[in-house]
Amino acid sequence: MSIREKVIAIVAEQAVLEVGDVSESSTLESLGIDSLGLVESIFAIEEEFDITIPFNANDPMGGEFDISSVAAIIKGIESLIADKA
Amino acid sequence: MKRVVITGAGTINALGHSVPETLDAMREGRCGIGPLEFRDVERLSIRIGGQVHGFEATVHFNRQQLSLYDRFTQFTLIAAKEAIAQAGIEFTDELAAKSGVVLGTAGGGVSTWDDNYRSVYEDGKNRVHPFVVPKLMNNAATSHVSMQYNLRGPCYTVSTACASSNHAMSQAFSMVRSGMAPVMVTGGSESMLCFGGVKAWEGLRVMSRDACRPFSLGRNGMVQGEGAGIFVFEEYEHARARGADILCEVAGFAMTSDAADIVMPSKQGAARAMAGALADGGIALDEVGYINAHGTGTAANDKTECAAVADVFGPHADRLMISSTKSMHGHLIGGTGAVELLACIMALREGVIAPTIGYEEPDPECALDVVPNEAREADVSVVMSNAFAFGGLNAVLALRRV
Repeated sequence: MSIREKVIAIVAEQAVLEVGDVSESSTLESLGIDSLGLVESIFAIEEEFDITIPFNANDPMGGEFDISSVAAIIKGIESLIADKA
Repeated sequence: MKRVVITGAGTINALGHSVPETLDAMREGRCGIGPLEFRDVERLSIRIGGQVHGFEATVHFNRQQLSLYDRFTQFTLIAAKEAIAQAGIEFTDELAAKSGVVLGTAGGGVSTWDDNYRSVYEDGKNRVHPFVVPKLMNNAATSHVSMQYNLRGPCYTVSTACASSNHAMSQAFSMVRSGMAPVMVTGGSESMLCFGGVKAWEGLRVMSRDACRPFSLGRNGMVQGEGAGIFVFEEYEHARARGADILCEVAGFAMTSDAADIVMPSKQGAARAMAGALADGGIALDEVGYINAHGTGTAANDKTECAAVADVFGPHADRLMISSTKSMHGHLIGGTGAVELLACIMALREGVIAPTIGYEEPDPECALDVVPNEAREADVSVVMSNAFAFGGLNAVLALRRV
């Protein structure tokens, strides 16, 4: 699975949706993921890719990691993986 | 119904090893939060906390006691000693038979769990010390206070996360008020500052890496603390008859549940608890001069709490003072309301309002007088202490000057 597919699978599971219902333009909010679901999604992504995402639930949108859409999350993960390599 | 007064107070926390030391620090706006020191701290992403330093357990307890006392019990016994000595009370005969202990803790012997899990999982040992269970159980501290001071009446431990102490003190208050017990030793204790304890909190992504800045714009989360606060709650006539020094009166309390979300606070739940405590104590809105806030320094709590205060107090919300001493001693989780009650007693007894330190910039969503950075002199006759726990469980106490 590509990074994109893995992220969509994680987000779909968290949102209790089919993979086909999640697109890159989806926002987590539009998928019905609340603040707890968001923290769980971040955790699942960190575990999947063995990365540490700079994320503080006190200010989810204000951190350096962009979570405004699925596409932004994929981009952020790609960049963190590249930094690690 | 009986009147209930506080005749003794004791503590150990990041600001001091006694009540006078703690109140001095609060008056000076000193910060007890600093780099954490314990095994494996380098594997944490959160490395600050309000740790108790300069505390040598072996100075206070012998080897046999230490095999039974987790750090949360040690803190409890240190604070209980100070409180009961101040009250100048000895429990014998009928008084001992009817008086009891209700304490709050969220985690109990967390470092005992941590040490022994490490031993069997990481170090591969197959045997643990025989007293692991009596050492880690949440009621251990309550039982040791009961045993040490011969308190033979109602004794138990309350565990409601961050509201544990306030729930415990509310229970003790209602027992003395109803006439069920003449004296109750109450308060709470917590000691979660070990690798596993902080790691668990880290997971929630609500902890600050640099400071606890309640109500301040740009605040970025809570900081854990540790310690204990213990009080002697006594029936008023009983205290007077023996000529005890009365610190203040416990005037009212209320407990509510949000019945909504496991972690997100609710304005309605908080407001109902504050309004309930006022009603219970027959307290008029404009009598309240100071609120010791729950004020965790998270985005969600502080704005919700301020909105709840505004709802309950209306125009008077702009005249009262509200501060969060968690900015100095950190969040003692199950012990926090007990240590924070000291700031309430200081306000009533000494006319000094403890500040919210680390305050940088006003947040329009927390537009109340949060006593930023410096303590203030003020004449207040009624104060309140808020605690709003994960799980949506709220407990608020109101104290009155005697």
